[in-house]
Amino acid sequence: MIGESVPRVEDRPLLRGEGRFVADLDLPHQLHMRIVRSHVAHGVIEAVDISEALAVPGVVAVWTGADVADVPHIDFRQVGADQMVPYRQPILAQDRVRYVGEPVAAVFATDAYTAEDGAEAVVAEVSELPALLDPAGPLGDFDGRLDTEAFLFTEQTGDVDAAFARAEHVVEAEFGVGRHTGVPLECRGALAVHHRHTRTLEFMGAAKVPFQNRDALAKMLGLPSSRVVLREAHVGGGFGVRGELYPEDVLVALAALRLDRPIKWVEDRHEHLVAANHSRDQRHRLRIAADARGVIDGLEVEFVSDQGAYVRTHGATVATLAAAMLPGPYRIPNYRVTGRVRLTNKTPAGTYRAPGRYESTFARERALDALAAELAIDRAELRRRNLIAPSEMPFDRGIDALGTPVVYDSGRYETMLDRVLDHIDYPALTDSLAERRAAGELVGLGLGFFVEKSGLGPFAGSRIEVDPAGCVTVTTGEASVGQGFETVTAQICSEILGVDLDRVSVVHGQTDQMSYGMGAFASRATVMAGTATHMAGVALRRRAVEVAAEMLEANPDDLELVEGAVQVVGSPSQSVSLGEVAAALGPASSYADGRPGLVAEEWFTTSHMNYPYGLHAGVVALDADTGHARIERYVIAYDIGRAINPMLVEGQILGGAAQGLGGALFEDFSYDEIGQPLATSFMDYLMPTAAEMPDIEILLSEDAPSPLNPLGVKGAGEGGTNACGAAIASAIDDALTHPGAVTNLPLTPQKIQTLCRDHAQLF
Amino acid sequence: MSNGRVELTLSVNSEPYEAAVEPRKTLADTLREDCGLTGTHLGCEHGVCGACTVLIDDEPVRSCLTFAVQCADAEIRTVEGLADGERLHPLQQAFWEHHGLQCGFCTPGFLMLATSVLESRPDIGDDELREVLASNLCRCTGYQNIITAVHAARDQMRP
Repeated sequence: MIGESVPRVEDRPLLRGEGRFVADLDLPHQLHMRIVRSHVAHGVIEAVDISEALAVPGVVAVWTGADVADVPHIDFRQVGADQMVPYRQPILAQDRVRYVGEPVAAVFATDAYTAEDGAEAVVAEVSELPALLDPAGPLGDFDGRLDTEAFLFTEQTGDVDAAFARAEHVVEAEFGVGRHTGVPLECRGALAVHHRHTRTLEFMGAAKVPFQNRDALAKMLGLPSSRVVLREAHVGGGFGVRGELYPEDVLVALAALRLDRPIKWVEDRHEHLVAANHSRDQRHRLRIAADARGVIDGLEVEFVSDQGAYVRTHGATVATLAAAMLPGPYRIPNYRVTGRVRLTNKTPAGTYRAPGRYESTFARERALDALAAELAIDRAELRRRNLIAPSEMPFDRGIDALGTPVVYDSGRYETMLDRVLDHIDYPALTDSLAERRAAGELVGLGLGFFVEKSGLGPFAGSRIEVDPAGCVTVTTGEASVGQGFETVTAQICSEILGVDLDRVSVVHGQTDQMSYGMGAFASRATVMAGTATHMAGVALRRRAVEVAAEMLEANPDDLELVEGAVQVVGSPSQSVSLGEVAAALGPASSYADGRPGLVAEEWFTTSHMNYPYGLHAGVVALDADTGHARIERYVIAYDIGRAINPMLVEGQILGGAAQGLGGALFEDFSYDEIGQPLATSFMDYLMPTAAEMPDIEILLSEDAPSPLNPLGVKGAGEGGTNACGAAIASAIDDALTHPGAVTNLPLTPQKIQTLCRDHAQLF
Repeated sequence: MSNGRVELTLSVNSEPYEAAVEPRKTLADTLREDCGLTGTHLGCEHGVCGACTVLIDDEPVRSCLTFAVQCADAEIRTVEGLADGERLHPLQQAFWEHHGLQCGFCTPGFLMLATSVLESRPDIGDDELREVLASNLCRCTGYQNIITAVHAARDQMRP
């Protein structure tokens, strides 16, 4: 069962239109919330006139900042720091607005259309202030007291200055990745209700981190966390963006309490594009110190992260990860990085699939290409000379990320390089591309090597219970964002208990079903919840055998679990099914002996992440006239230690690649000079369609199982995305026969036209 | 604005649904709220993503850009009408077998788009099919498995 590409257990309702996304849920007597958002990028709120809105029939209440001034600002979920505290976002703007899209007022009405009517009647009077849009320029003013640098940090290992002092070659370059983000197809939404009879606040539409958001909501609303219940419904894509605690979520919960009616909120796409977390948007300056063979001795990096208007739940997560993961698969003994998290008058930023790594892989791989060009060494060969060897594992980077030291647990990087070079027949391919270029085509090959991280701790729990009918329920505090979590968890359970997959149900993201949970981020769900489920399965199997031994009057050592029944080895007629064991374990039964039910709960804890790794290789042909970049071939090799369901892993890689390629070629949240966002619909924010996507070749490998968990698994969610920008940029350099031509993403058609005009030797 | 509702009967998946809606109410909202058919999803409400695709007289239509009052005389088909009882439609079966969905939010729109094209052009070639499927957005799958699934269904559905 583990390792089999079984079709997903969660698909049937989704295929039949029987999904239960949050917008599909309704409660009697509910009100609909609509947010009034700032139309200016930066300004002082002089007045908000709600009188006309209140006069709209069906509008029940309108709140402005003053109505919620007592509610704390939204706190950090991870990587917080004292100096960032003043930069947290209020749930409605107080005295200033700081980005177009910032919530200014909330309108509550009897139906969604009426709520929009009411929102249109709210008039906010704002005195505009200059908008700060360049994070790398002079600092601006945040609140009359603080400047716009929210966080500054340096990490280092080894002696970087000594490395540069002895360097035979120094390469210096600057690179930038634009502003893009997850954009799940389902917009955000929530439905909250205050149950007076149980004294609980129930909040539906949670995603990603329901337990952490339960605690955060409870704290903000002044309720005990046991009186706040968050429920995950179907979730229409996560990608790091969805499920963080946003101002609108808190408003929904607060209104359910204060207005004493169920509150429903579903944003529209325009809102999503200006209000949900943006991401990426980093500029890196790198200096590499190397010897004549291209072996890198030192690396110094300074970078700026454009955080947008506030520091949200992620704190400095993205910048921290960019810094920690930048050295990638290369040894680089001496490394120093300085990161600056700067505020601008743009939508606040957070994580997005391969956060910090998409950016730092782009910068690092660009810099390695520059070094290869400087030394006239083949790009693949230069990488080979710097790869960390298997004998050096576990490899301690000497720096921390997300509060844990970065120690690569396992990896056979050179084996992967060889596999990809063999697969594409590197010498023949480079020859044929050179011939095509000689004949006038603009076509090239790019490589992007990377290390990912996954399986973030510190814990995940899993409880497996068998009922008298033999049905198995696995309950975890982790979450599903549509990635196949139920199937993978059911497969792990099914493998260890020998029961059919269709007898296993998986409960996730319900905060009243488990005491603790973390969630679906950092490619952690399969690693953490999968391991906990495996452990609970082992414990449940042990318990079943122990009880069955009494029932069968046999020695436990003579029993085995086969196809959902405990039987005497070699004598299948002497057996009891798991359902029969469960039926025999009623609270008053002598078998139970104070431990009723066939149930086991286990917790997996770890202080280390694990580190999958991969290599992207792309062939890109440019059309100098139209600026079109046609991806002729795209290969992704990824090693995740052990694939529970290879089909689902490949699905993750394919989807991740579409997002990575989108960020490399199309997607761009640009702003005009006064901070008006220019991508506020799907007409302007261009994502790949079936027409743009190449058929991707996947080389999935299991060369380096993780020694950190019993299954050997690493996370699969982010490797498809990580190196897309790096590989495409490298291919375009190659197509232009101009190493270093590409310094910034995205490479929109206009930018490719310019690159072709500036660099290509056109006939 | 809440006055002036129009009473109408919609025929959805060959069943009559009576509703009283404001003239400004979209077909998508009416299907979801008045008919209780929430399988039709709204991903952008400006006609680009295609998650809300339904068939009106067998033609694929963005139900977010269509008013319910325009559809009184039409036969509407939604994702809820695809399966035959418990038996999945060949397209649903193919999406399942080929992992053509992840979060499943765009899936109803893709299924309806593909249904219309395979019914009207059972012999459509791969390139044209890819072009048709490029009408809708998916953010999870990278499209490859959707295309594989529709190819498989095409080969199975061909008379």
